[in-house]
Amino acid sequence: MPSSVRAASATASPTRYWPPWAQSVTTLVVFSAFVLYSFGVVVFERTGQYHNYLSPFFSPPLGQWLGIPFAPAVLVAWIPLLFRGTCYYYRREYYHAFAADPFTCGAPERPERAYTGERAWPWVVSNWHRYWWYLAAIVLLFLWKDTVSAFIFQGQFGVGVGSVIMLGNVVLLTAYTLSCHAFRHLIGGSRDCFACPRGIEAVRPPVRFRWWQRISRWNRHHGRWAWASMMSVWATDVYIRLLLAHIIPDVRLLK
Amino acid sequence: MMERSAVPGKERVLYVYRGDDYQGEEVAYRVPVVPGMVVLDALHFIQAHEAPDLAVRWNCKAAHCGSCSGEINGEPRLFCKTRLDAYGSLDIHVHPLRTFPIIRDLVSDVSWNYERAEELVPGFRPAEPPPFHLQQWEVDRVEEFHRCIECFLCQDVCHVLREHGLFGQYWGPQLMVRIAELEMHPMDTASRTDLLHSAAGVGLCNVTHCCTDVCPEGIEITHDAIIPLKERVADQHYDPIAAWLRRLRRPQPTSP
Repeated sequence: MPSSVRAASATASPTRYWPPWAQSVTTLVVFSAFVLYSFGVVVFERTGQYHNYLSPFFSPPLGQWLGIPFAPAVLVAWIPLLFRGTCYYYRREYYHAFAADPFTCGAPERPERAYTGERAWPWVVSNWHRYWWYLAAIVLLFLWKDTVSAFIFQGQFGVGVGSVIMLGNVVLLTAYTLSCHAFRHLIGGSRDCFACPRGIEAVRPPVRFRWWQRISRWNRHHGRWAWASMMSVWATDVYIRLLLAHIIPDVRLLK
Repeated sequence: MMERSAVPGKERVLYVYRGDDYQGEEVAYRVPVVPGMVVLDALHFIQAHEAPDLAVRWNCKAAHCGSCSGEINGEPRLFCKTRLDAYGSLDIHVHPLRTFPIIRDLVSDVSWNYERAEELVPGFRPAEPPPFHLQQWEVDRVEEFHRCIECFLCQDVCHVLREHGLFGQYWGPQLMVRIAELEMHPMDTASRTDLLHSAAGVGLCNVTHCCTDVCPEGIEITHDAIIPLKERVADQHYDPIAAWLRRLRRPQPTSP
C-alpha cells in the first residue's frame, strides 16, 4: 500500500476510552518500577523477616537454611522471575511495552528487524513455562506456611495488619498461579474428549472436565490476577520493610 | 416496510481509499446521515450517488458472512457492524485490509488464507463415522471455533503477517482457530502438532492478543485456540518429562 495512505490511517476509535498506547505506557512504567524495586530488595537486602512476618521475596528462606549471609533472596527470586517472565499474560504485556512488537495493535514496526517470535533465543524459554509453574507452586506452599505463621504471635493466635496483608497476598498469588494457562492445559486442556468412550452416556461431566472448566473461568482473569498479585507482593514487602525500619508500628487487630 | 429517512441537514464526510496496491488516495464523500446508519450503508450511498465504480465486497449485511471487512480509522472492523454515530464528531477513514494485496478500493485479495487452509493436513479423522453421540458440554469447546466467519480481521491485525510479512512461516490466527477446531474435536484422532511447529509456525505468535481484540464474533482466539495449541506443541517438542512419559506408555514391541 502507498505510504501516504498508511499515514492517513487515523487512530481515533469509538471503541476505546483510553488511547491505544495508554496500556503499553502504564505497563512500561509500572513493570520497570517493580523490577527496579525487586532488584534492590533481592540483591541488597539481607533479611525480610520481622518477628513472625516474612517478606514473599525471602520465602522459602533458603539462604538461612544454607547459611549464606549475603543476598539470600537471590536463591529464590529466580523462580517467580522465570514464572512471571514466561507467563502468557506478562509476555503479551512486555512484548507490547518493552519490545514494541507491536507497541499497540496495528502500529507500524520496523519490518527490516529480524523477528523470530518464540522460536529462537531468548524467547524460546517461554515454551518451558510449565516447569517454572511447578517450581512456583512449591514456593506458593511455603508462602501459605508463612501466612499461617503470620497469625501466630508468640505461640498465640492473633491478627495484625501484617497478617491480613500477607493473607491477601497469598490468596492473590494462589489465584494467579491456579489461573495459569499451563496449569489449565495440565488439568485437562490437553484432552480432546473428556468422557470417551462413554460418549452420550456420560450425563454428568467427569471431575477432570469440571476442574478444567473452573480453571478456564479463572483463566479469563489471569491478567487481573497477575497485576493484583504483583501489587500485593510489592505492598507486603514495603509493609515489612517499614516495620523493620521502625517507621510504622504493626497494629494488632486481634490479640 | 417503512424506510428510514435522512436526518435533515445532517451529513458526514467519509474519507474512502480509492486505488489499488500500487497507488491510491483517500477521496472525501458527503453522505446524508440516517438514524442507525452503518459504514456499509454509507458506502452503498456513495456507490449509488457519487461513485458507482467504488469497489466494496459485501454479502449478508448482518455480520454473518465476513465479506465486508476493512479498516476504519486504522482499526480492522466489519463495515456492516460499525455505526457512523459511534464516531461522534471524529473523521471517518475507510480503508481495505492492508495486510493483503489490494485488488481495488476496499477489496483485498484474501486468497492466501484459503490456500493455507487447503494445506491443513491431516484433516478431520474421526474415531468412528458420524453421526457422533456426545453430550453438549463435550462439544462446547469446539463450537466456539465454529463461530469463525472468515472475515480475516484477525489476520489483518496480526503483526507477524502485517508488519513482518512472514507469510511463508506463520499461518496467522484465523488458521490457528481452524486447526484448533480440528485438533480439539472430541472424536478427532489425528495430531497436528508437527504441522503447528513447522509450516504453520505457531511459535512465531507472541500472544499479543490483538487478534482476539478485533474478532467480531468474540472468539477468544488467543486464550482458547493459540495458547492451548502452543501448550500442545510444548508437550511434543519442548517438554522432556512429557516425552519420557510418552515413551513409557508406548506399547513395547514383543519379541518374535
